[in-house]
Amino acid sequence: MSTLSAKSLTFGFDSNHVVLRDLSLSLRRGEVLVLLGGNGSGKTTLLRMLAGQLSPDSGNVVLDDVPIDQLSRREIAKRLAMMPQSELCETAFTVREMVRLGRAAHRGWWMPLTDEDEQAVEEALAATGMQKLADRNLTTLSGGQWRRSILARSLAQQASILLLDEPTNGLDLKHQYDCLSQIRDLVKQKNLIAVLALHDLNQTAMFADRIALLSGQKVMAIGDCWQVLTAERIEQAYGIQATIVEHPVHGTPLVVPVGPTVPDFASPERS
Amino acid sequence: MKAMPVRILIAAVVMFVIAVLSSLVGATTISASDLFWSMLGESVLDETDRTILFQLRLPRLVVAGLVGGSLAAAGVGFQGLFRNPLAEPYVIGASSGASLGVALVIISGLRASFFSIGATTLLAMIGAIAVVMMVLVIGSLARSPSTMSLLLAGVVMSSMVNAIVSALMFLYDQKAVVILSWLMGSVANSHWGTASVAAVVGGSGVILIGLCARPLDAFALGDTASQSLGLDLSTFRWLIIAAASVATAGAVAASGVIGFVGLISPHIARMFVGSRHAVLIPMSVFVGGSLMLIADAIARTVIAPAELPVGIVTAILGCPFFLWLLLRDRRSDSTLGASQ
Repeated sequence: MSTLSAKSLTFGFDSNHVVLRDLSLSLRRGEVLVLLGGNGSGKTTLLRMLAGQLSPDSGNVVLDDVPIDQLSRREIAKRLAMMPQSELCETAFTVREMVRLGRAAHRGWWMPLTDEDEQAVEEALAATGMQKLADRNLTTLSGGQWRRSILARSLAQQASILLLDEPTNGLDLKHQYDCLSQIRDLVKQKNLIAVLALHDLNQTAMFADRIALLSGQKVMAIGDCWQVLTAERIEQAYGIQATIVEHPVHGTPLVVPVGPTVPDFASPERS
Repeated sequence: MKAMPVRILIAAVVMFVIAVLSSLVGATTISASDLFWSMLGESVLDETDRTILFQLRLPRLVVAGLVGGSLAAAGVGFQGLFRNPLAEPYVIGASSGASLGVALVIISGLRASFFSIGATTLLAMIGAIAVVMMVLVIGSLARSPSTMSLLLAGVVMSSMVNAIVSALMFLYDQKAVVILSWLMGSVANSHWGTASVAAVVGGSGVILIGLCARPLDAFALGDTASQSLGLDLSTFRWLIIAAASVATAGAVAASGVIGFVGLISPHIARMFVGSRHAVLIPMSVFVGGSLMLIADAIARTVIAPAELPVGIVTAILGCPFFLWLLLRDRRSDSTLGASQ
């Protein structure tokens, strides 16, 4: 089982545009950590640094007690699977063929897949509900089905750390909940580490063990849902007023946007 | 999916049939039965026809097939690397480097040969590889090295080297026609030595590109996704550029600059087998080889006994085909080259 931590990460695209400053984070096994924050708050940047795909200006990411920049891409991919926010899709793969690419880190680029690899592929397809669509061409899938295929590929990597950038993007409500439940179940069953960037605060409250709220180039707050999702912090991070009530079924915080800074759809003529 | 190997096999058979038919035509016509018995070692042809067949026409056909296949594979490699269906084998300066090498040989009158490989062939190959290496170094010195910085470095270096070649042609105008005829591309003077260069150099590049089929598939998903799957992007870029440049250098050294084959062959191949590189690369090789064989047959028969440079034929055939592809894609509202 792998471990991952970030120490004093600072990253900027240039000196006038620092995205994250002196950020430290330690990830725990068996835990779903959700990164929240407004657009441009640094969620994707942080995930890419944790995956070793962006080099911080200072600080370092340590994977299994080794600075991540000292590990090969393949070594990283065996232990850590990253689901990007968006992907190109110009190759006419079937879903199964794309999910099989998730095994490249284990098998290498030139070796044929073994029975063990094929089993991992089938398990990943089943876990994401993509078995029936496995032989469909990717270019014929809906956006949501395509996202589930990418999730299946990340699961097929059988890495013990999952970094998922907006995994529910484009999914319908049922599949959003299915997707987050499956990730949570998997993390608990296999004692994995999962870091997700999400935008839905209420879903986050239901599925996250810990929440890190990014704002002002740093982690403004980190803790459980009741500690982080307060009206004051939400106003600071997102610039909107909200009231927090208890979810009638789950008992988690339910964030209800209110006040004059709420967008047009709550204007009097619509309500 | 099981139909794919069958389609590739059919493409290989088609290429072989085109090669056989092409060996029969030219300024001297050879009958199919004479060809058949001659290949079995029977003496059915007179000495002149035997020389034409075995010393002129067969090496020429082999070179045409190898050049077409190498350019097509290099085209797949560069189109995959730049994620751009308009990329072609000369995109990062191989042709301009080869042209400079050949211009220098022609102007200096160098007659040396190395293992029966002439100075022109050798300098073309060295020029192609040298310019590509310079592009790689310049591209990697960019503030943020990327595929795009390589492409831009290639465009700039090509323009500069082409300007030097033009200046040389202007200064040594009595040699300009000779340089120009090489630039137009031809397999007319091929011999078994040329064929061995095309086979060894071009073939090595093709095999290397073939080995990169799965990394090319992963790379098509984008930088973040392919890195997440364990692909080391900088190694991958170097490998593809090296492989595609070696394939191009082998082709250019054997036949001069032949346009359009490397650009359109991958597009034709995609129409039959889709865009997965494990099937696209071999299919493109056979399509490219077939196109070159057809173009060469036209080049040596259309104004027989004189010959057209094959590069002119590939351009004349390639342009309308590419336009057709463009219009077809506009109608079907799909990305050029991304057909299933």
